[in-house]
Amino acid sequence: MNYADLFRVTLPETALEIAALVVLIVDLGFLRKAALNLRVTVAALLGVAGCGAALWTVGLQNGSGFFVDGREVLVVGPVAVIAQVGILVLTALTLLLLIDENFTHHVGEFVAVVLMAAAGGLLIVAAQDLLVIFIGLELLSLGLYILTAFAKRSGKSAEAAMKYYLFGGMSAAFLLFGFSYLYGLSGSTNLAAIEQGIPQQGMPLLYVAWVLIVAGLGFKVAAVPFHLWAPDTYEGAPAPAAAFIASVSKVASFALLLNICYGLFQPGKTWSGPPQLLNEIFRTEFAIWQPLLIILIVVAAASMIVGNLAALAQVSVRRLLAYSAIAHAGYILLGVAVRRPYTGQVDTIHFVLDSFRPAFRSTNAVLFYVLTYGLTTIGAFGVVSVVERATGSDRIDSFVGLNKRNPVLAAVLLVLFLSLAGIPPLVGFYAKFNLFAAVLGVSAGPVPFALVALAVAFSVVSLYYYLQVLKRAYVMPTVDESPIKAHPVTMAVLVAIAAAVVVLGCFPALLQNWIESFYS
Amino acid sequence: MLAWTIYLSFAGALVLAILPKAKPALVRWLALSVAVAGLAVAIAGFISGMGQGLTVFVDLPWMPSMGIHFLLAADGISRVLVLLTGLAAVAGVLFSWNIELRANEFFAFFLALIGGVYGVFLSFDLLLLFVFYEIAIVPKYFLIAIWGSTRREYAAMKLAIYSFAGSAMVLIGLLAAYATAGSHSTSLIELGHAGFPASFQMWCFPLVFTGFAILAGMWPFHTWAPTGHVAAPTGASMLLAGVVMKLGAYGCLRVGIALFPRGLDPWGVSFLGIGSWRDVFAVLAVIGIVYGALVALAQSDFKFVIGYSSVSHMGFVLLGLMTLNQIGMTGAVMQMFSHGIIAGLLFAIVGRIVYDRTHTRQLAELETMHLSRRLPFAAWAFVIAGMASMGLPGFSGFVAELQVLVGAWKVNPWWVAAAGVGIVVGVAYTWRALQKAFFGDLLPSAHVLEQEHGHELAAITWPEVTGVVMLAGVSLFVGLYPRILLDTIEPAVKALLAGGVQ
Repeated sequence: MNYADLFRVTLPETALEIAALVVLIVDLGFLRKAALNLRVTVAALLGVAGCGAALWTVGLQNGSGFFVDGREVLVVGPVAVIAQVGILVLTALTLLLLIDENFTHHVGEFVAVVLMAAAGGLLIVAAQDLLVIFIGLELLSLGLYILTAFAKRSGKSAEAAMKYYLFGGMSAAFLLFGFSYLYGLSGSTNLAAIEQGIPQQGMPLLYVAWVLIVAGLGFKVAAVPFHLWAPDTYEGAPAPAAAFIASVSKVASFALLLNICYGLFQPGKTWSGPPQLLNEIFRTEFAIWQPLLIILIVVAAASMIVGNLAALAQVSVRRLLAYSAIAHAGYILLGVAVRRPYTGQVDTIHFVLDSFRPAFRSTNAVLFYVLTYGLTTIGAFGVVSVVERATGSDRIDSFVGLNKRNPVLAAVLLVLFLSLAGIPPLVGFYAKFNLFAAVLGVSAGPVPFALVALAVAFSVVSLYYYLQVLKRAYVMPTVDESPIKAHPVTMAVLVAIAAAVVVLGCFPALLQNWIESFYS
Repeated sequence: MLAWTIYLSFAGALVLAILPKAKPALVRWLALSVAVAGLAVAIAGFISGMGQGLTVFVDLPWMPSMGIHFLLAADGISRVLVLLTGLAAVAGVLFSWNIELRANEFFAFFLALIGGVYGVFLSFDLLLLFVFYEIAIVPKYFLIAIWGSTRREYAAMKLAIYSFAGSAMVLIGLLAAYATAGSHSTSLIELGHAGFPASFQMWCFPLVFTGFAILAGMWPFHTWAPTGHVAAPTGASMLLAGVVMKLGAYGCLRVGIALFPRGLDPWGVSFLGIGSWRDVFAVLAVIGIVYGALVALAQSDFKFVIGYSSVSHMGFVLLGLMTLNQIGMTGAVMQMFSHGIIAGLLFAIVGRIVYDRTHTRQLAELETMHLSRRLPFAAWAFVIAGMASMGLPGFSGFVAELQVLVGAWKVNPWWVAAAGVGIVVGVAYTWRALQKAFFGDLLPSAHVLEQEHGHELAAITWPEVTGVVMLAGVSLFVGLYPRILLDTIEPAVKALLAGGVQ
């Protein structure tokens, strides 16, 4: 144990916590009598500065993590660093979109909670120890519950927060229960130690543990059947909170899922559990699977189907975004679950995964997807919130005539929604293509192929509901032609996000090379 | 050089999108000049490319980690279709001259669509081709949904979903080919040499072919075409029938047939004379020819007649592709060009010249309007266009359909017999539409004449005359001197056939 390492590795979290305190002091101490506009601006800018400082400290890491008793607890690896940068950038964007909001008078507290939740996110993407993971996850989740409830004048906000909290508490219990089984089986809370400590002959308890963990994490990423909180929360939460949940929390949770999956399934290792017959079927029929991963695959397929079909029926754009988020979680989970078979040993087919090191394509693809998805969805919530403030509702019909009322906003909406639908040359298309290509890998069997076909087929379905919103923005005649005004900062951020979506779509190598640079 | 067609169109679209709203005249002229510039580049590229094979003009690494290149190239087939796109773009702008509603957006979407179409014809990287193919979907939706007529929102959504479903099938095939080839490239040239296993080609070919053929209006996936064409504003229906359906046919040829030639091999079993995917698609094409013609015969809406005639004529393209011999496939490419010109002309006459003056497309109502007297220009333009559409000698359609039929005869005479029925019905529906719309039997009474005298139809404008003369002239010129295109198409088809198809 080396406290200097701990200090260095947790510098980004520290920076965020300090920023949170500074925001509170400034807002409650100096600006108590100031106008709300000024307070929001100052708090948001301080928060952004905190994110910037944390970003800078992420750059200071020299590559070695924090060890306790020879076991790595906090890692400074590719996934962790990429996800941390993503979390910080997305948090800063969320805070910038806050400047125009007026749902609360307690802006200092709001920004502080956002920063602390982001710190929780930073922690879980680096953690290699079940306890640290759980603590980080709770820090993140508790922050999200508070943020959801922040619009005190809105009954929906309170209802959403209550639902979110109850579901969240339950899923945290599942997760902890699963973790406790892992500890019981292996005698350690460290992922690497668990991986070594679990007997080669797997046991039913392990499957139970895995199901419980998937339930807990499936809740975080809003995967079917653990998705029930998402539509209500997205609908009821104040827009910046919803954007934060949809983007930052997604990035952190998927990075955590990657860490756990790869931490527990090291290359070259077979878990042949007692259901020998089942194992045999997987081995012969599907050729590449770790049987446990089938849970993830079922969840992924269910998310794609349910998310896309349910989104068709929505009349609230926020709920539509929630179901679309569920569908996107399904695509991403596909990338987490199905991977290129390990080609190191040809004699025995292992249900194994790529090694971490060279050209780790599906991890790359998942990270690329989740980062760009987070960016797009923040922008989408930004547009929704502007429209909502002008029309008083997020109903799909309040977007009618947006093109006349604010052409720039309509253009941003067009770009972001088409990107979510996966239309080239926007980044959503490349993210999907990259992910599916990684899933198919080099010698994919029929099942991964069928899953990709399912995903592509359902992205056709998704075009319909995205077009329903765009149709209202561009096609349908409007009665009310009064212009919709938005704060210049909000507009600038939204335009920047849309521009990034276009540029990254045309030149995906920009982001791709950056991600790959961590593996060299 | 041809790459500039793409850049010019997209730059034009971008400029128009940010132009101030209140100046439709400026917008029109700008759009026209961009379209004309594109056509000029296309013509120059066509002339300079004569006698040359495949030429690559841009090859930049685009997504290096996946081995994907921004690879633009052209062979004879591409050059001919780029030329068609240039002509269709200019004609489309000319016949959209009266668009006043949100003119800058209209032309921005229009040019974006054109840019996507140019891109598809010039891409030699499968992913790039796919990207351009999808770029063309979104403008189509908005062009129809905003500026369209009859049930426009329904038609636009139907068209978008059909197109997207087709492209999803293509995407699945693309991913599968990319994963199977393992060559770490999506270049059409490299994938062509990848040597896909026959069993893979056997399922990937029908998937990709059907995906593209949806946009080519293959029966029974054609139903988006008539509704889409009818609902679209004139300029857009000219593009839809003129070039967008060609995108599908081009994809069938360039991707489906060229990459997966073994998919056309016999299955080894035959049922009712159908023993391979080739037979399946040829039969569907023939059904499309006959079905489209018969349905066109029964329409009461003038524009639906033309819409279904497109389905029928595109059947010839698909039939030509399925002959897999030199003359048939050359005929298919000729038919793409010819139908692009003629369908554009027909839609222009029906949608712009007639409908915008009479405000009806019902043949029964047009019959009472004595249009041959009141709009002689329209009547004679339609006579010429109708003759071209029937495939009379002297027009481009004759050369194209003849070649397709000769090619098909070599493979299976029954296909020709059935397609012949389609041609005869084609004469019938064109004749019927011509007579009902323009040369009604009833002679006007003195009273009616007087009444009509008070409501003169608006005079024919110069963009309409220019457009009609240009399209009819091209069809006639190609019909009289087909070598001008054949010399370019034939070597390209030969190279394609030598590359493993046959």
